Amino acid sequence: MAHDHHDNEHHIIPLGTYFKVLGALLVLTVLTVAASRFDFGSFNTIINIGIASIKASLVLAIFMHLKYDDRLYLVLILTSVFFLIVMYFFSVLDLFTRISQGPIL
Amino acid sequence: MSTANVSHSSSGEYHHHTAHHFENAEAEYNASKFGVWLFLCTEILMFGGLFVGYIIYHQRYPEIFHTGAKFLDWRLGATNTVVLLISSLTMALSIYYAQVNNKKMVLVNLYVTLACAFVFLGIKWIEWSHKIHEGLLPGRLFHYDGPEAAVKDLPMYFGFYFGMTGLHASHVICGMALIVWLIVRAHKGHFGKNYWTPLECVGLFWHLVDLIWIYLFPLLYLIG
Repeated sequence: MAHDHHDNEHHIIPLGTYFKVLGALLVLTVLTVAASRFDFGSFNTIINIGIASIKASLVLAIFMHLKYDDRLYLVLILTSVFFLIVMYFFSVLDLFTRISQGPIL
Repeated sequence: MSTANVSHSSSGEYHHHTAHHFENAEAEYNASKFGVWLFLCTEILMFGGLFVGYIIYHQRYPEIFHTGAKFLDWRLGATNTVVLLISSLTMALSIYYAQVNNKKMVLVNLYVTLACAFVFLGIKWIEWSHKIHEGLLPGRLFHYDGPEAAVKDLPMYFGFYFGMTGLHASHVICGMALIVWLIVRAHKGHFGKNYWTPLECVGLFWHLVDLIWIYLFPLLYLIG
């Protein structure tokens, strides 16, 4: 029972890092709004998803402590993202390679 | 919250006892966190299905999404993004302050997080009531009669809109209930440098709510 719950082996992320990450997230939010003001055609979607993914990585790495945590959690989350891509890939493969391209959706 | 593993030493300092089926406190902490991460994976897959559906329909019927997105005010969406990002920071800070044993700042940050959640829901309420009033609703409920109503299958857009933001808002409400629970425990002095597992677990869930909004905002408000 005497064993301490959390000892010093836990990495404490310095306060400044948290605020820098928030700053970066806010800058990226402004950037994604600014990018949507211009018409890059279908690239708009890619740019927006790209910026969102950078923001998501920052939240995962610092706010959710993944960067300093056991690799196990990173593998877990990447597994679910991988299966999401599988779901998307095969749905698109099916829908866009059908011979009759009528309004079937 | 079970009183069985709660005790106060003579000094009044809270001490968390590890549940008997864990070898030590570290194992208990890791098992709790692993469970939450597994749950987050199922959440990612649930929202992911909606995202995949959205992107596919968006590719197939760009005009419906182009017209639908015009009814959304990106300024309200952007404000909500900033509010949620700040709440994510304060949630993370509450764990930081537990780690450095500053119990007052744990509470301050939890209260700010809860306040941000209220602001988020308030803005959502303004957006939704406006759309409900105009008749911009999914499927058969749709009764908007402006010129845009001529776009075939426009109600589908609002099906996605209300479905995705509604499911997200229900997560915000669950998160708020959990944060209230954390505040109650923090007032009792339960969290400090030796024990912050509930803060960590609820925090992970709260950050996921933020993560989902990070993708929802550009998808719904910006891609038109």
